[in-house]
Amino acid sequence: MTSNSISNRGIFLGAVNCLIASILLAGCGGKGGGTAKKTSIQVKGSDTMVNVAQAWAEEYKKISPDAAIEVSGGGSGVGIAALTKGTIDIATSSRNMKPEEIETAKKNTGKEPKEFIVGYDALGIYVHKDNPLTEITNEQLAQIFMEGGKVTKWSDIGVTIPGGANDEIVRVSRQSSSGTYEFFREHILNKKDFKLGSRDMNGSKEVVDLVASTPTAIGYSGMGYNEPGKVKMLKVASKPGQPAVEPSVANTLDKSYPIARSLQVYTLGEPSGELKKYIDWSLSDAGQKILEACGYVPLPAAAHTK
Amino acid sequence: MDLPSPTGKSLRPVRPVWAVCGEKLLELLIRFCGVSAIIFVLAIFFFVFKEAAPVLWSKNFNLTQFLFSPEWYPTSVSNVRYGVLALIVGTVCVSGLAVLLAVPFSLGAAVFVSEFCGPKLKETLKIVIELLAAVPSVVWGFIGLTVTSRIVQQMTGAPVGVNILNGGIILALMVVPIITSISEDALKAVPDTFREAAVALGATRWQIVYRVLLPAAKNGLLAAVLLGVGRAVGETMAVLMATGHAVHLPLSVLDSVRTLTANIAAELGEAPAQSEHYRVLFLTGILLFFITFIINVTADFVVRGIRKK
Repeated sequence: MTSNSISNRGIFLGAVNCLIASILLAGCGGKGGGTAKKTSIQVKGSDTMVNVAQAWAEEYKKISPDAAIEVSGGGSGVGIAALTKGTIDIATSSRNMKPEEIETAKKNTGKEPKEFIVGYDALGIYVHKDNPLTEITNEQLAQIFMEGGKVTKWSDIGVTIPGGANDEIVRVSRQSSSGTYEFFREHILNKKDFKLGSRDMNGSKEVVDLVASTPTAIGYSGMGYNEPGKVKMLKVASKPGQPAVEPSVANTLDKSYPIARSLQVYTLGEPSGELKKYIDWSLSDAGQKILEACGYVPLPAAAHTK
Repeated sequence: MDLPSPTGKSLRPVRPVWAVCGEKLLELLIRFCGVSAIIFVLAIFFFVFKEAAPVLWSKNFNLTQFLFSPEWYPTSVSNVRYGVLALIVGTVCVSGLAVLLAVPFSLGAAVFVSEFCGPKLKETLKIVIELLAAVPSVVWGFIGLTVTSRIVQQMTGAPVGVNILNGGIILALMVVPIITSISEDALKAVPDTFREAAVALGATRWQIVYRVLLPAAKNGLLAAVLLGVGRAVGETMAVLMATGHAVHLPLSVLDSVRTLTANIAAELGEAPAQSEHYRVLFLTGILLFFITFIINVTADFVVRGIRKK
């Protein structure tokens, strides 16, 4: 079977190719082995942050050649699940750890997870570039995405897709391990469930790609994945009648954009040695510049040197 | 009457003890290798079942809902529902379409390779077909995501390119080499005397294929098709990337679906170990196990039934 032989390291899914492989994976615990000389740091989690984490790892290698940093995505839930098992050093996450996940981590590893906020993201609502819509309200989003929501066609919210025979809204969502998925559910759907039948993509970038190739699509993804000219980010109003706010750096920092969120990393216990140096560096000016270059919102200057 | 030999020993040559023991040991080893397949299958089944079993008694879980409800909300905050009907339908649609597309092509290719083409072309074709079978499934998935989905979208006007049709095409491309090479072997196994007899009766080439070879190789061809079905049902990576990953009951081939395998691959990583969600995913694994088991057993019975006639 050729299907089993290929697995893309970094993409968790690649490894889980058939059930047998998945059993092996679920069964194996233990700390990923680091070599004696090089300090190995395993980073896993959020797809929203995978670009940033990768850029950090590459840049940090230049400063500290002894550190081998391995980054992979899979979703915030995947990273947190791995952290609670103690198989990785850093979990990146676009949502907060849940109390029961913290409990599991304590029970499995004996250490309490520690949270570091490393930046902010304005969750972007993306539509195709030809879509005439420019702004949307939280309520409309909920009606589009929520189970039992009434909006299924673009004409329901007064939008005509140019040149399209199709009027039906193609909802682009994320798989349930995604922190973005949970954030959206909590803040837009008020913890209610998603309408079935949305296309659940496995990565932040896939959402934007699918929206770019589908004139009738609407999707949500981190602001770092914006591709001007192919997709459009909508302004969002928290209530009808309120002014719609653009997802920009300034509007994220002053909290006027209604669906902005913090991006965080988690470690097991107080980090020490190379791990501490790495996290401190990512919070420093140099690290924050990289985060900004990836399209996210850096911490306010005061928080840098904490 | 046996006469004792002059020395009082048997006339039979005696082998040294180590040779006798060695042979016994080797026999045991080979026997173990033979049964090991059964042991592995049982062990896999046992461990998967052990992980899944506790959920069967959970109050959130209901077997009827599991099998007949299309509502899959494993991580819902307020109302957790585990219904895999939409996933089963997704699997059936995508693999069904794939087999439907693949069978005519691969049987045609097998007939051509084994009966009609010259020896040189035959060698080339066989190598190329095997090469097709060696393309990794993520690569197929990638092609499905980026190349064929665009074509499907443009040709059919579907709102989204990643749908049943797209997944079916990709899966058909993966299944074709398997069915082709096994069918070709089955056709080759038909004795030449059959062909000679048919020619002697004045049959044309087409008549030979249609009236003699296909009926004679029937069981082999069926086995080939059913192996292809098994492959199509079990495929994960390619369908994960090419079908759009949407949980709902499809109304046409241009709808996106999610398959059982893709669902396990996408969700097992995040499901906390030993949680209900995790166990239900293992239960889905058992369901898949049963589906492929039924296909294999059917294949076996069909082949046997034909052989007896």
